Amino acid sequence: MDSAQISLDINTQLARQILTGFIRQEVRRAGFERGVVGVSGGVDSALTCFLAAEALGPQNVLAVLMPYRSSAPDSEQHALQVVQKAGVRHVLLPITAMVDGLLGQLPQADRIRAGNVMARCRMIVLYDQSAEFQGLVIGTGNKTEILLGYTTQYGDAACALNPVGDLYKTQLRQLAAAVGVPQAVLDKAPSADLWAGQTDEGELGFTYAEVDRLLYLMVDERYSPEDCVRAGFKREFVQAVLERVRKQHFKRVMPPIAKLSNRTVGYDFLYLRDWGT
Amino acid sequence: MAGLRVALVQMDTRLGDLQANLERHLETIQEARKQDADLVVFPELSLTGYLLQDLTPTLALRPLPSEPVFAALLKASRQVDLLFGFVEVDSRHRFYNCAAYLSQGELTHLHRKVYLPTYGLFDEGRFFAWGDQVRAFDTRFGRFGALICEDFWHAAPPYLLWLDGADVLLFISASPGRGLNREPALESTRWVERINQAYASLFTAFVCSTGRVGYEDGLNFWGGATAHDPDGELICKGPYHEPALVLAELDLDQLRRSRARLPVLRDERTALVQRELTRILNAGRA
Repeated sequence: MDSAQISLDINTQLARQILTGFIRQEVRRAGFERGVVGVSGGVDSALTCFLAAEALGPQNVLAVLMPYRSSAPDSEQHALQVVQKAGVRHVLLPITAMVDGLLGQLPQADRIRAGNVMARCRMIVLYDQSAEFQGLVIGTGNKTEILLGYTTQYGDAACALNPVGDLYKTQLRQLAAAVGVPQAVLDKAPSADLWAGQTDEGELGFTYAEVDRLLYLMVDERYSPEDCVRAGFKREFVQAVLERVRKQHFKRVMPPIAKLSNRTVGYDFLYLRDWGT
Repeated sequence: MAGLRVALVQMDTRLGDLQANLERHLETIQEARKQDADLVVFPELSLTGYLLQDLTPTLALRPLPSEPVFAALLKASRQVDLLFGFVEVDSRHRFYNCAAYLSQGELTHLHRKVYLPTYGLFDEGRFFAWGDQVRAFDTRFGRFGALICEDFWHAAPPYLLWLDGADVLLFISASPGRGLNREPALESTRWVERINQAYASLFTAFVCSTGRVGYEDGLNFWGGATAHDPDGELICKGPYHEPALVLAELDLDQLRRSRARLPVLRDERTALVQRELTRILNAGRA
């Protein structure tokens, strides 16, 4: 397949049916009726919020808005547009005080450390709201960021279930448009919004459109790196992405448990989470 | 018309809960009876759920009247014939992904899955023993064959059942949905539909296929029951991703008409197949 022929087009109706069914069934099997979504004003969390509202009923979804003082001013406005259009409940819980409470003691922390602290503070807030609202935390990480490890472990990656994690960013945007995510959210540049002016594509060094096509060939179509080069991708780009996927794999797996006994969780004690439900 | 009403069940299961799944079977059987079904076909591992892993040994049954779950289904089969999926354990503690055909209170046939997918997202070979027989069986409606999912991804089992006299092939699955692109059905759905139609066409036989629905962790199951007639034409089709009881009316006289038009069964060169297969095997090519 030539890189120009790669299509990441998806049938959004089918995706919507499968993913709303997934949320509904997996939330209920865990003994809940409700979901909690951290809504940032970006497209990933907007889509998750819309899917959760459709699956569980808008009254059963709590959107949690967690701005930091350096968050882009329009993020909160976009998040409120999502809340309004999806019809879900929401709560505004800024993380500035808790983040600065720690960072104030860590004057040497660079912006990567600071960004991780913010992501993990949001996780703490979400899980607290999960207990308060009696709803499961529904994840918003897409396949591109999971594969690239462009995510904070135990931060934005933390969730009880993830309906959008097998959609590349390019595909996720199609579904977001189909379910009615506000245009302003669809149109803006993707950003983790951890510091002023940050954009995903600026930080990663390539565009989602480009890397999604490469990842699709490497992961979904099982192309070798050499096959990808023959398909038209630059060798350096292929190697850099492959190396990034490999290096970041630790974020995608449970921490290894040192085996001592005859039966060890993760190796030979194997049950689905849905066990008995 | 020699009609056969087959109820193809697209059901969800409770993972590892035999009693709850038995109750669903019994409720579905009552529903199918109201619709005058002659035969009710449940999906693969319908009594247990699919991704059993270490639950496998704890859910295994002997297909005997002394086993209460089995006895309940034997009793139900006095009213309507049944095909369902379960974990069978043999007397030497081997566990099989198995299908049982029950009729008039008796066990008519057991099929142990002969191809256990152990690749990609599948890990059946780790938990199940391999079946080693492919046999057609006589029912009060004619001679049937039953296969489980991966069994019919290999051409040999349907072919053997056809040669063994099966005119109605019953395929049961728990097929995880995968391969989302711009098409209105997943790739996994379209793969199965294509081969079901091909078997019906190639063997001038009825092919009834059903699969489960619902989710197990992140896996979705797409349902989509179909029945194809001996011309390869679609008789009926169930919805995707939703529970359903899909009633297929098989006009068994169609076998005569199709085979008069296309006598591929009459002309099948079984001795040639055997000779060439022996040669190929002796040459070490397969």
